[in-house]
Amino acid sequence: MKAGSNRIEAVVTNVVAVNELVKRFHFERADGGLLPTFSGGAHIVVEMRDDEKTRLNPYSLMSTPLDTRDYRVSIRRDDVGRGGSLFMHRKVKLGDRMVISNPVNLFSLDLRAKKHLMIAGGIGITPFVAQTSQLAAGTGNFELHYAVRNDALATYADVLRERHGSRIHLYRDDHGETLDLARVLATQPLGTHLYVCGPAGMITWVRNTAAAAGWPAERVHFEHFAAPQPGRPFDVRLAVSGVEIQVGEHESLLEAIEAAGLDPPYLCRGGVCGQCETNVISHDGKFLHNDHWLSEEDRQSGCKIMPCVSRFEGKSLVLER
Amino acid sequence: MTILSRPVYGVLTPQTGKNHLLIADADGASAITDFAKKAPPGFFASAEIMYVAGPDGAKNVDALKALSPARFYLGPSLAAALPRLRQLLGESHMGLRLYVAGTEGLIGQIVQIANEAGIEYTAVQTEHRGSLARRVQCVHCKGITENVTTQPCTCSHCGLLLLVRDHYSRRYAAYQGVCINAEDPTEIPPTEEIFR
Repeated sequence: MKAGSNRIEAVVTNVVAVNELVKRFHFERADGGLLPTFSGGAHIVVEMRDDEKTRLNPYSLMSTPLDTRDYRVSIRRDDVGRGGSLFMHRKVKLGDRMVISNPVNLFSLDLRAKKHLMIAGGIGITPFVAQTSQLAAGTGNFELHYAVRNDALATYADVLRERHGSRIHLYRDDHGETLDLARVLATQPLGTHLYVCGPAGMITWVRNTAAAAGWPAERVHFEHFAAPQPGRPFDVRLAVSGVEIQVGEHESLLEAIEAAGLDPPYLCRGGVCGQCETNVISHDGKFLHNDHWLSEEDRQSGCKIMPCVSRFEGKSLVLER
Repeated sequence: MTILSRPVYGVLTPQTGKNHLLIADADGASAITDFAKKAPPGFFASAEIMYVAGPDGAKNVDALKALSPARFYLGPSLAAALPRLRQLLGESHMGLRLYVAGTEGLIGQIVQIANEAGIEYTAVQTEHRGSLARRVQCVHCKGITENVTTQPCTCSHCGLLLLVRDHYSRRYAAYQGVCINAEDPTEIPPTEEIFR
């Protein structure tokens, strides 16, 4: 298994506890030198060797794109997740060697915009930390609205305020502060692009509110990496390779295909990028689509599945893989 | 005959939005009155109509005013209306929706200005009504000839005889005209009126 087509051997050069839930990890090339250039909004896939299991999780780069001596990711600990963030928090130490992928940007700024309006919820702040650095280095006009639970979990709010002053607007749940989104949307100049990253519910709320306020869909950019959901084990026949596999309860279909020794394409592993789209040859049962990629028509037709996050329940499933 | 760069026009359809700006010339007025039949109640209370009547459009003015838009502007010519449009868009906020109906020349120039102001062409509702006359940019002298109805046409700036191509530029809001007899200027192909 490998993370994308270009794996980078990296060394962990710093681990910083940012607050009670978030840790920041710095990676430098093991062979020294600069890492590949990236733009704000890009993520890397981090390979985690956790005993027998290899985990491949995407994390947004949150360091400034102007400095590629290291890459920095900030990871929120998820105690009930699949274990990737727990592995990073508990097992990864200063000096560890890890493999990371080249950066991929599925949430890039549209630099034709006259203004960038950013909405972040919780750990969804990370891509914006990089994007605001990128914009502030030029003449980019932006405004960031950041919703958090409380001061203790307002990850990087202090850093952002110090860097960008009144462009940063913070909303703390425990202080009853709420983002008046309809008002914020109504006061933006023509040519503004809207970006949202945060919990799924927040993304839906922002997209729906923007649509109702007359924002064209092309102006609304969002990123939400879906973590693969556990579910009932299911059997799959991979017709091209002639292999039968079983997808375990806590395993994604993509991971099961990789465990069988295949090398399917992927980029984000979060249902966003479309790289791992796989044709369905036949099926008897129902799909549990969890991606943000397939169109409603594709879902209805039952001819495609995104193996990184989606599952299947039923008698048989044959894939063109 | 149709190539990718050629604009595709639709039928004006109401969009969600805070404000609405509808612009038409000549027969485009009928697209707005047709549109009004399917617009939600109260739509025109937050709408402005800009109408460039031209020589034959005066008869449509009353029908447009009867829609009771929040503002109604009657322009003597497109050239007179465009600076007003630029200023209007410069002061506008997101949530403004744009609808354009009429000749290709009008639609193209409005879409061009809208793009500069930050509204992409994909977000503009367009409907073609009336003349098929083309705006043509001469690729040799770069001059633009308005209201071209013939194939070939004569460049109104440098006088070359131009083949009017289907190749359209949104940036110039014009079709491309290329010299049709560059190798032998004495060869004069017959002229047909085809863009009416």
